[in-house]
Amino acid sequence: MIATLAAVAPWKAPTIDYHALLPEIILAVGLVVVLLVDLFLEERGKWLLSSLASFSFLGAFVPVVTLALSDSGARSMFDGRFVVDDFSLVLKGLFILVGYVVVLLSTTYVEEGDYYRGEYWVMMLTSVLGMVMMASSRDLVSIFVALEFLSIPAYMLAAWRKRDSRSNEAGAKYFLLGVFASAVMLYGMSLVYGATGSTLLVDIGASLDDSRMTSVRVLGIVFIVIGFAFKVSAVPFHTWAPDTYEGAPTPVTAFLSVASKAAGFVALVTLLYIAFPLASDVWQPMIWVLAALTMTVGNVIALKQTNIVRMLAYSSISQGGFILMPLAVAGTNDSAQSVLRAVVVYLIAYAVTNLGVFGIILAVSRKTRSGEIASFGGLFSYAPGLAALMTIFMASLAGIPPFGGWFGKFAAFQSLLSAGGGWAYTLAVIGAVNSVVAFGYYGNVLREMWMRPAPDGDESPINAPSPLVLALGITTIGTLLVGILPGLVTHFGDLASLTGAFGG
Amino acid sequence: MSFPILTALILVPAFGALVVACLKKSRPELVKLTAVLTSAVTAGMSIWLLASFKTGEAGYQFTSQHEWVEAWGISWHLGIDGISLFLVVLTGLLFPIVIIGIDPHHDEKPYLAWMLLLQAGVMGSFLSLDLFLFFVFFEIVLVPMYFLIGGWGYDNRIFAATKFFIYTMFGSAFMLVGIIATALLAKNDVGHFTFDLVQIAEHADFAASTGRWLFFAFAIAFAVKVPLFPLHTWLPDAHTQAPTAGSVVLAGVMLKLGTYGFLRFGLYLFPEAANWSKPLFFTLATIGIIYGAIAATMQRDLKRLVAYSSVAHLGFIVLGTFALTSQAMTGSVLQMINHGVSTGALFLLVGMIYERRHTRLISELKGLQKVAPIFAAAFTIVMLSSIGVPGLNGFVGEFLILIGSFETARWWTVVAATGVILAALYLLWAYQRVFHGEPDEVNSDFAELKPREGGILLIFIAAIVFTGLYPKPMIDRIEPSIKSLITHVEERSDYKAPADDSANKHHMSEGEHE
Repeated sequence: MIATLAAVAPWKAPTIDYHALLPEIILAVGLVVVLLVDLFLEERGKWLLSSLASFSFLGAFVPVVTLALSDSGARSMFDGRFVVDDFSLVLKGLFILVGYVVVLLSTTYVEEGDYYRGEYWVMMLTSVLGMVMMASSRDLVSIFVALEFLSIPAYMLAAWRKRDSRSNEAGAKYFLLGVFASAVMLYGMSLVYGATGSTLLVDIGASLDDSRMTSVRVLGIVFIVIGFAFKVSAVPFHTWAPDTYEGAPTPVTAFLSVASKAAGFVALVTLLYIAFPLASDVWQPMIWVLAALTMTVGNVIALKQTNIVRMLAYSSISQGGFILMPLAVAGTNDSAQSVLRAVVVYLIAYAVTNLGVFGIILAVSRKTRSGEIASFGGLFSYAPGLAALMTIFMASLAGIPPFGGWFGKFAAFQSLLSAGGGWAYTLAVIGAVNSVVAFGYYGNVLREMWMRPAPDGDESPINAPSPLVLALGITTIGTLLVGILPGLVTHFGDLASLTGAFGG
Repeated sequence: MSFPILTALILVPAFGALVVACLKKSRPELVKLTAVLTSAVTAGMSIWLLASFKTGEAGYQFTSQHEWVEAWGISWHLGIDGISLFLVVLTGLLFPIVIIGIDPHHDEKPYLAWMLLLQAGVMGSFLSLDLFLFFVFFEIVLVPMYFLIGGWGYDNRIFAATKFFIYTMFGSAFMLVGIIATALLAKNDVGHFTFDLVQIAEHADFAASTGRWLFFAFAIAFAVKVPLFPLHTWLPDAHTQAPTAGSVVLAGVMLKLGTYGFLRFGLYLFPEAANWSKPLFFTLATIGIIYGAIAATMQRDLKRLVAYSSVAHLGFIVLGTFALTSQAMTGSVLQMINHGVSTGALFLLVGMIYERRHTRLISELKGLQKVAPIFAAAFTIVMLSSIGVPGLNGFVGEFLILIGSFETARWWTVVAATGVILAALYLLWAYQRVFHGEPDEVNSDFAELKPREGGILLIFIAAIVFTGLYPKPMIDRIEPSIKSLITHVEERSDYKAPADDSANKHHMSEGEHE
């Protein structure tokens, strides 16, 4: 058998563009270094690990910048299975930045947590490495590998506080539903491979089209989309998210709700744009229903929450619905361009805002030791700075101008409506009504902070540790920048930059 | 390039808000000084604007335009014409008055910061000539008002603030969809993708049914803001619970965002749809007039009574707006200012009563005229202006609206005219119960007007009397823009302004040559 394989094509070593792989290589080196250094460090020297982790992220960011500045255009490797184009660079940059901010958010939490610190940073670096790979994957197999690469450490991170039963529950739920989703997705992928004879997305895209649809192909697409619906916690595949988010350590929740969700969307977008662009009749209605359900259900349940992290879990579900919303028309040729742009802009805006929210929660809970929304009562009177920042973040999530979230929403509506037609308008109205409902729970937090007194009258000030302050600074600037100078991010999502989409 | 006065009108208060927010809480006098100076500078600029506004010109003046998001045709496009001029001036003057005249009960620093941010937002809404920009400011306005009501209001403030926010945001959600759809659908007619109001209004040619859908997406947002019956229920709560300054600003300028929106965006962008749907708006406006008046009569709370009277007064403004005659529409714009001045003053007076007696219930007040005659006199003048007594400002506006609307909306106008009588009924009856009679024990030490309060009221009363006696300078500035708007509507729909109205136009233009 080996002889026949060898006879088919003599194996030739692929040319490797090390510059294009540098972000991945730096992250991989970083995680190995952290793992090894951890072994030789005394307990009191463990703080070094978080610095090493953050330097790995910053180091990985450098080649992303140099790649973006180089003029050589998209770099394609391994027969087009690994592509570094503008689209992937923007998202790599986003993932690495999110990783860096999460390190800042976690530093104090991990130091004070009395759990294994080294492993925490290794897991985080590994997961981000998976995400960075995901942004470049253009093949079913590499997408699946990247997905597992980013998910498995995330399962462990969710269960990191192993003496806390809720953290265990979080990890177990996340793991079980995650592998279930992977299985469904893998089944879909095998069907698609069987029907088209290729795992390369561009080849699949060429042979899957609406005119030659068979039930096997439809089933394959449906399963893959459902698999990712789990990953991005779209209703009705969202049930793991609230428990996982609530039980996991708060910085990990920030990481899951931003980075891991964004990675799911990146893979979904790559697949829809490159592998299934001609099969839009199959997935457009599905995405439409998922988007409408996700926004509405997420919102309505969020209204009833009293725990802030749980509320944010449902809020992030509903925000996911807003990201799905324009994808429901992504197969329409005229709007494909603006949909891609909208998704990228929304992901960036949502990431900076949501990380900021978690930064505030971490700072406040250091004092209040509570996750209840009511524990934010009177925040304005004893920590006006944090209250003001939280107001900016909440307003951004609620889509109030001139903050980042608002521009994301605007871009989403704009691209959705550019497709025209009754379905698009109906979804837009559902989205518009939902954006009002959402204010119900975001406003709740604002009310507590500004209008109610502090619970049990404790008005001692909050001392936020300096990494947290730095993280809040980065996220605030990001939130304001996307909202006030949206021109900076709009060109990131040009269709031309997603190599292979629509024959490009 | 000349000084970008309109940009400054927005940025100065916004910057002031930022400075106030950054100042130390332990230096209250510095905080107050910054706020007063900022609003005074803004007031000075708006007066300068009024003085250098070219009377008789219909188009936009002092325009400034800068690209913002080039890819989506969004620009920082500001301009002012006869329709927005006095609203801008009112915004410029009202804020320093309430900042100087009314002290919040606690936490002055954030209060002043929100106040200045609110001013920037309102200014921006009145000055924007870009749909996107307008929406941004229209939304920004909500946030400070939400916090002002919720943070510095009365007992039930949190409920009222939330209700206010949800209602208005619900309306603007539809407008957001409408704005994007308008820009997308106008793309072919205009030639490129843009949110520029003037380009879309001048070039776009929407199919009748499309235009109507879009118009209603905008109209819901404005109808909530006005508020038009039956979307008015947030208003009495918001007004009653808001701090005095909040009520003054809400009645004075914020409600006008709705009526202004109908003129600037509704009629201008979708003339055909506006003309087609005017019976609906006549009906809702008339119901608002009568219903607001009747509801006001029934109120036991003085502030709630004034709030319902607002519903009635804004009904007149909407009636005049959709009557589409130059008299009625000029009257509407004038009445927007008048209502801002007189209802603003009424809320101020009610606020003063509350400060003294800690109640607003009419039944708790009695015989105030005996103990505070000057206060009573000020209340009388403001009240008469609100009723629309000749010689005071309310009369000019209402009269213009009624004669103008009589030609195109005869029966609605007849019904609406009875609202004038009802206004006299509820206000005079309330006055009688509060001010007449012998003061009982608790009311006998009701304090007379203080100099600061008197000074502020004097400004309002001066505006009331001046406009009532000599409205010509205002009408001269408003009318050209209104006429060009009517021509715009005539060109783009099958509406024809009544013949005697154009005769009147001729007469008016002769008058200008004198």
